[in-house]
Amino acid sequence: MNPIRKKRLYLIGMMVAGVGVAAWLALNAFDENLMFFFSPSEIAEGKAPTGHPFRVGGLVSNNSVKRKPDGLTTAFDVTDNAETVTVEYTGILPDLFREGQGIVALGQLNESGIFVASEVLAKHDENYMPPEVADSLKTAHDEGVNEMQQVSVQ
Amino acid sequence: MIPEIGHYALILALSLAIIQAIIPLAGSYTNTHSWMALSRPLVWGQLLFLTLSTVVLANAFLANDFSVIYVAQHGNTKLPDLYKISAVWGAHEGSLLLWAFLLAAWSAAIAFFSRNLPLPVVARVLSVMGMISIGFLLFLLLTSNPFDRTFPVPFEGRELNPMLQDPGLAIHPPLLYMGYVGFSVAFAFSIAALLGGKLDASWARWSRPWTTVAWVFLTVGIALGSWWAYYELGWGGWWFWDPVENASLMPWLVGTALMHSLAVTEKRGAFKSWTVLLALFAFSLSLLGTFLVRSGVLTSVHSFASDPERGVFILIFLLVAIGGSLMLYAWRAPYISGGGRFDLISRETFLLGNNLLLSVLAGLILLGTLAPLIYDAMEWGKISVGFPWFNKMFVLLTPFLALLIGVGSISRWKHTDAAFLVKQLRVAFVVSLAFGLLTLLPLFSDGNLMVGLGMGLAMWVVTSHLVNVKERLKHKAGFNGFLRDLSGGGRSYYGMILAHMGVAMFIVGVTMVSNYGIEQDIRMSPGDTADIAGYEFKFEGVSEFPGPNYNANRGRFLISKDGEQIAILQPEKRTYFVQTRPMTEAGIDWGLTRDLYVSLGESLGGGDWSMRLYYKPYIRWIWIASIFMGLGGLLAITDRRYRTVRKRASSTSTLTAGSMNPAAAESHS
Repeated sequence: MNPIRKKRLYLIGMMVAGVGVAAWLALNAFDENLMFFFSPSEIAEGKAPTGHPFRVGGLVSNNSVKRKPDGLTTAFDVTDNAETVTVEYTGILPDLFREGQGIVALGQLNESGIFVASEVLAKHDENYMPPEVADSLKTAHDEGVNEMQQVSVQ
Repeated sequence: MIPEIGHYALILALSLAIIQAIIPLAGSYTNTHSWMALSRPLVWGQLLFLTLSTVVLANAFLANDFSVIYVAQHGNTKLPDLYKISAVWGAHEGSLLLWAFLLAAWSAAIAFFSRNLPLPVVARVLSVMGMISIGFLLFLLLTSNPFDRTFPVPFEGRELNPMLQDPGLAIHPPLLYMGYVGFSVAFAFSIAALLGGKLDASWARWSRPWTTVAWVFLTVGIALGSWWAYYELGWGGWWFWDPVENASLMPWLVGTALMHSLAVTEKRGAFKSWTVLLALFAFSLSLLGTFLVRSGVLTSVHSFASDPERGVFILIFLLVAIGGSLMLYAWRAPYISGGGRFDLISRETFLLGNNLLLSVLAGLILLGTLAPLIYDAMEWGKISVGFPWFNKMFVLLTPFLALLIGVGSISRWKHTDAAFLVKQLRVAFVVSLAFGLLTLLPLFSDGNLMVGLGMGLAMWVVTSHLVNVKERLKHKAGFNGFLRDLSGGGRSYYGMILAHMGVAMFIVGVTMVSNYGIEQDIRMSPGDTADIAGYEFKFEGVSEFPGPNYNANRGRFLISKDGEQIAILQPEKRTYFVQTRPMTEAGIDWGLTRDLYVSLGESLGGGDWSMRLYYKPYIRWIWIASIFMGLGGLLAITDRRYRTVRKRASSTSTLTAGSMNPAAAESHS
């Protein structure tokens, strides 16, 4: 093999190896960092993992926000109008957090079925509904309608 | 009546753009001089009409003309004038108009500064700019007309999003867009070169300053956005790996790669196909960024469907622009001649490494940003990619970039002796290693390897460039040589040094704030004190305070260190009249080595408030770094050789290899 070809081959080999290693590491870490989204109904069905973080979203139920005596820990219910899950969060809630507002929380379920959030997101737009929340509300609504139709057929 | 003039001007601009896209290009093939010469007047015309359009929209905001839907949605009589103007680009329709206007401005700049380029090249470049313009103007007119009227006319506008009512964010979008749109120039030059089949060093030399200017705007624009997020969102973070941020970082990374690869193409004639590809991608990613941010595609495919007309148009536009240019590339690239040979240890190889790393980073961000879309479309579930992943990827790859920066900038084109590199860099290496190890001592970080790595790398970037400058000045008779250098052909060199110093500052800032930043959520009653990193925060209570278009609860904090008062912070919680949403306005005491930051949470009754206190060491360095990078870029484009080229080009109609230019041969050893 002539020396120029050889050099070029080295270079290409190094590049391919480098990119390959980077891609392998990236994809490996990718799976670990994927956070799936579950609606309160899906959690009630037991689809959500325990001991692994995920996201939950829905509307904050009315009159459900309770503040613990330390003033920093808040507990509230998140609902998709079919099921609810109780979320607990320590820290400062976002400006737009309020009852009736759509939110997304990041965290994990503890043994007693309470979702302990490490982060709560309420988007910076009054009219904005997190798309996952809008979607799960719609699914819950559709299922409700279906059940009612089945009942009326019987 | 006046808004219709704006609308009409848009239509006229579109008509001109259509002619501009066809006639000069056709002229360049048939060699019809008059057709090609048409390109410049057409560009002036487009700029004129789009300026008119923009001014009309701004005027509608200033005159509170709520019969225009866009103004009714984002304007308000009580809005301060500055924000009435920035409301022009505060939402989808207006920001697209700004895009189209800036595109016309860049086209005009090409038309103006290209007097000495061969006419066929100018004609082709401006035709490509015209094609892009058609896409944007059609999008505006068909789906997002900012001049649409509404009836009955509302009495009051719904006001600009309070988050955007901030001087930093008033100029952030124009800067960012200047960067995005600026990459269209490199794109147009590349397409024109592919069409003309002539990719030589002069092509690279023409593209280079334009690319650098676009890059400078993008750099400063991104930094400004990050700074704004830091003080406005009240979270004390400077980067969130949010899709919107990622959308601007991807073109930046590819644009940075492009700048470096253009250097190789200009100096050595190598990497031609690669450089063209990068130019295509930099602009494609800019387009993607623009649309993803404003259309909401990225938050979900469902919101995409909420406005199917726009979504479909965007898809078609992206497909035509990206697909078309890549097809042209596939067709023409095989005919691009290979460049100069280079050895394994040479500046070319190191720059190739830099390009590879930057492209891989951009690719990873693209993956992380689009993954939720792909998963959703494939019905694999709804996911989001946590920001720890992005952080991990950057920490994994950027150290190699920092290492290469020192080696690459000191090595020679074509061939460098390994012995030379070792001789030059061994002191820098030892010093950096020692410094990195020093920061591991209990006194500083107590064995925090990340701190050692970051500080060592920053020191490496600094010392290796010091060696570099010393080596250069050795042949130039010291300080006088430096001044002579700076007055002319050495500016691009010192621009590079300056920008790379920015990289070092950035590394220091990120390392320090990530490892030593302190954040505390706390409940405080008036009179309470909290101690963070040796600073005492004394809470004096919250009182009401009226603003022009909002009411505020203003907190008062006395900050002292060692018993001595050093600052008073007054963070606010604002409620805007129109949009009635609460907004946090952080109180920040800034300093070169640390920021102290307070943001109010909510009232807990009895005068108590929940709040967040932060200590952010060296965070300013992150943004100052971007100023260094920007200044470096600006210094580089004032280099004499870009001016000399123009003078030369006027004397010789066909300009060929850059190596013929003495100014170019002289700079960069």
